[in-house]
Amino acid sequence: MSADSGHARRLLGVAILVAILALLGPRLVGWTQFLLTVALGESLAVIGVALLMRAGLVSFGQGLFSAAGAYAVAYAMRLWGVHEAFVLLAVAIVTSIVLAAVIGPLICRYRQIFFAMISLAFSMVLYSILLKFNALTGGSDGMEVPAATVLGFHASAGGLAASYYYLTLAWFGAALFATAVYCASPVGYLARAVRDNEIRLEYLGASVRDVTFRTYLFAAALTGLSGGLFALSVGHVSPTLAYWTKSGEFIFAALLGGTSSPFAPVVGTVVFESLNSYLSASFPNVWQMALGVVMLAIILLLPRGLWSIYQTLAARRAR
Amino acid sequence: MSEPILEAVGLRKRFGAVVACDDISVAFGAGELVGVVGPNGAGKTTFVNVVTGYVTPDAGHIRYRGREHDALTPRGAVALGIARSFQHPQLYASLSVLENALIALAVKRKEHASWQPLKRKWALDEGHALLERFALDEVANTEVSQLPEGRRKVLDIALSFALEPSVLLLDEPTSGVSAREKFALMDTVTGVLAQTEMTVLFIEHDMEIVERYAHRVLAFVEGRIIADGRSADVLADARVRELVLGIAEGA
Repeated sequence: MSADSGHARRLLGVAILVAILALLGPRLVGWTQFLLTVALGESLAVIGVALLMRAGLVSFGQGLFSAAGAYAVAYAMRLWGVHEAFVLLAVAIVTSIVLAAVIGPLICRYRQIFFAMISLAFSMVLYSILLKFNALTGGSDGMEVPAATVLGFHASAGGLAASYYYLTLAWFGAALFATAVYCASPVGYLARAVRDNEIRLEYLGASVRDVTFRTYLFAAALTGLSGGLFALSVGHVSPTLAYWTKSGEFIFAALLGGTSSPFAPVVGTVVFESLNSYLSASFPNVWQMALGVVMLAIILLLPRGLWSIYQTLAARRAR
Repeated sequence: MSEPILEAVGLRKRFGAVVACDDISVAFGAGELVGVVGPNGAGKTTFVNVVTGYVTPDAGHIRYRGREHDALTPRGAVALGIARSFQHPQLYASLSVLENALIALAVKRKEHASWQPLKRKWALDEGHALLERFALDEVANTEVSQLPEGRRKVLDIALSFALEPSVLLLDEPTSGVSAREKFALMDTVTGVLAQTEMTVLFIEHDMEIVERYAHRVLAFVEGRIIADGRSADVLADARVRELVLGIAEGA
């Protein structure tokens, strides 16, 4: 096993991916650029779900943080008059972390189906609040999110999509690098250790609850950022972000890509969003069934997700 | 015995109608290698579980380096310097042998929340050195789920050893290991432990193992210690022969 001399290799890997996506940007037609903007932003929530899965925790309520981040952006614009995207996204992250810090100590006491159900319950509570408090939240219609400035610049109507694409790419790169660092560090390995054997971890002197809480906070930060990016790029927030089907989509994409690498959920999300768009446009009446068939095929043929194809090929080449 | 490092004082533990530990009082000195014997259900594992904070005693306390502790937690025991292995090895099955070792060493260094890479050069060297001591380095990159039982047992002990405890409790280190491998396993483990000042208690059903490796033997029957002394003396004791070994006098 080769030594890990530092995080430079990880930074390089992420930088290459971001550079490729940046070069690809101007060559993408409008709708594909928008699709990729949404997919890259959403992939951060899926990474959060995948990180929890690596710790043996399946969250059916990650939409809670997605909605919290998205509404935080909308409210920061409306109430405080903040229009700088970088500040708005920082608000989205902080809001999610604070929310996770409040409910995390309770939720991190639970495992398996209990963790899944309690996380689901919290997200549905937020969904109901967003739906019922019409005067504050816009109810089922949600709220419009006006165009934000990016580093002080107002993009023209025609250039807004491109500026959001590069904004998303910048945050995506930073978050992906942070995730890669996390996964290679003791704190990331301890999360995997929690999934495998909590007793041994306690008998090494580490706190299982602390490890799961840290993972929960990190996943919440990523998902809050994802929600903030969604609010900006789509220009609208609605309670459906907190609805359980949204959390289900995150799990679907995480299973599709796999959880063994920080890059795997990104692949899963891009494929999921592409499939979603293509199938719903081509087969408007049966697209959910088609998605279900794809899911079945993945579980049966590639139980470790699409990323396992790359891993198999890389292992073969190494021999 | 010099000043005891670990003492159990009046430990009691009951599970319903079963008294698993019945007023157990015993002391252990530094560097002792103690075999714990007794029939199934005699209270050996419960005693280890109470001492290591896995279960809470109904009465009594632990005295560690002169300080009393009513009820330990697993992490509390580790913080004091008491570590343990398990009858069924408790490992990270989806990780490699080396990754298991690196995690133990990182936790020992209090790097629970560190964002530095786990596999830094010097950390890898430390991990390989630990595995070499326990003759596990040749399987360093093998996933733990693929290991045979004997090696899993040794790795479980190595992870506890990595914490550099003062007291190490081993729950049936040779159970589930083939007769041929038992002595090799114990030779490896006791060889490493002999270079330290650790106090080691090991629960064992194989009297050949106990006779060969233990300096002192505790014999448990029905939650009580019925004999405590040099291994040769305890194993020759008439009550131990009858109640633990199942050998009737005159047989």
